[in-house]
Amino acid sequence: MSGDSSSIDRLSSFGSRLQSRLPHPLHAWIMQWGTAVVDGISSVGDLAYFTWQMLSWMFTRLPRRGTMMINFYQVGVLSLPVVALTGTFIGMVLAVQSYYQFQAIGLESRLGVVINTSLVRELGPVLAATMLAGRVGGAMAAVLGTMRVTEQIDALTTMGADPIHYLVVPRFLACLLLIPALTVMADFMGIVGGYFYSVIILGIDRAAYLHHSREGVVGFDLFSGIFKSFFFGGIIAIISCYRGFNCQPGAEGVGKAATAAFVYSFVLILAIDLFLNIVLDSIYFMIYPEGTMLF
Amino acid sequence: MNTEEQPISEEPSQVDEAPSPDGPNAAPLIEVNNLSIDFDGNCILSGITRSITRGQTVAVIGESGCGKTVFMKTLVALLTPTTGTVLFDGVNLNRLTPAQLAHTRRRFGFVFQNAALFDSMNIFDNVAFPIRQNEPTTGEDEVRQRVRKHLVEVGLPEDVAGKFPAEISGGMQKRVGLARALVLQPELIVYDEPTTGLDPIMSDVINELILHTRRLYPVTSVVVTHDMHTARKVADRVMMFYPRRMLDKGQSQILFDGPPSQLEHAEDRRVRQFVRGEAGDRLREMSRAMA
Repeated sequence: MSGDSSSIDRLSSFGSRLQSRLPHPLHAWIMQWGTAVVDGISSVGDLAYFTWQMLSWMFTRLPRRGTMMINFYQVGVLSLPVVALTGTFIGMVLAVQSYYQFQAIGLESRLGVVINTSLVRELGPVLAATMLAGRVGGAMAAVLGTMRVTEQIDALTTMGADPIHYLVVPRFLACLLLIPALTVMADFMGIVGGYFYSVIILGIDRAAYLHHSREGVVGFDLFSGIFKSFFFGGIIAIISCYRGFNCQPGAEGVGKAATAAFVYSFVLILAIDLFLNIVLDSIYFMIYPEGTMLF
Repeated sequence: MNTEEQPISEEPSQVDEAPSPDGPNAAPLIEVNNLSIDFDGNCILSGITRSITRGQTVAVIGESGCGKTVFMKTLVALLTPTTGTVLFDGVNLNRLTPAQLAHTRRRFGFVFQNAALFDSMNIFDNVAFPIRQNEPTTGEDEVRQRVRKHLVEVGLPEDVAGKFPAEISGGMQKRVGLARALVLQPELIVYDEPTTGLDPIMSDVINELILHTRRLYPVTSVVVTHDMHTARKVADRVMMFYPRRMLDKGQSQILFDGPPSQLEHAEDRRVRQFVRGEAGDRLREMSRAMA
């Protein structure tokens, strides 16, 4: 660590020497980009080390059951209502949005294929992850940030407890293991919401809707959604805990940590989603070369 | 912070090599050798060499930003020195593995400035935490007994055990912090500004508790404080730190190291000014340092 800081010191002193030689606008531009690059590399290294420490604790000694259960309850049970509610609305919104286009070409009975496939493969996992990042990730960063600012993390250390083992591992496991359940809940409630709006409100034939819905969604769709959710849950926990642990002093520092936890988590969820979709689609088309058939 | 910092003096200054007031034969519990700490290129501490003998109560005084808290956190390995070593009972803390360090930390107690009680736990669980963490085989009956004993020792009523930190006063929080620090019967207790933010009566209660703790247990104490009343009352040795940025290269950062009774008669004018609470020519010195 001291080696890292001395390298950064040398860079800073180089910057100071440069300042006296270069014309102002160019100097400012180079300094800004140089600082951003050094900070970025340093943060990625820090995050990797933080993740490595957490994983090494996870595979050597798990926290006590009581510590784990509190986090499991907060992440899983308390997130269920909001995930279920948003899932239901997303299913209904999909029905509203798609109905008139499908009706125009006389395919409204096949609305369930689009709603259910979109939900199970894409919207369910991303929606559950987004809700988790907002509800749980922000709270994690704020709680850990407050603990950092008020020296509670230092207090843990002085009492012989490792803060990463005690605070981060349970949160990581809770997010990793419970986000699939939340995803299934979002999928299920979305499908129910889509069915309700399509059949009850829009009057689409129930038997035809269910028949086409069953044909359109295969086991791989459900698998791919749940598979992606593990990555989303892991990244939410790591980013949120890391931001909380590296919180700047004061109320503003805690607020920034909570905001950054959500923003970085959300961006990474979408980036990982894109990458995993490319990989999973290529596997999907190897298994089902004909793809999903609307007709 | 002044970025035009003087280079760190690698050699301990003449004052830093001064022998312990307890004489050469006293067994040191803590030995600090040529300690230097930098943050982001700013030198906070440099060339500190000192030892603290068993059973001693040392008050560390000095103005804000002089490195008292950094020094104290380095003693319990919450911070890693840039150079130099900290030996606890002859063991270099910075050479220990995380597991060894966690084991060694059972011998430390730390009372934080704002108590640093865990918000999510009630007072009982806060005080029980070190026992449950470090002695997992201890039964709940014994945990209960020990927690109650230490809460009584710091003068807290029994009904406080079920309350949460946010529900009790600052003075009570500090006493809970002390009970939590004592519960594993440490060899070293470090107090970070124990009387800051308290009224004069509660400040003196905390001072009395520090003395009471020393009478009850064979403990070595380091008290970081701004409060001269606390330093005079609880300490048998006082070290006064001075900000590194306001000193010339090679000058010792510890302006005074001796019994509290000698503070008023210190040779260094800056020590006398600090003790009397006089600004003196500090404003001019600050302007010089900022230039």
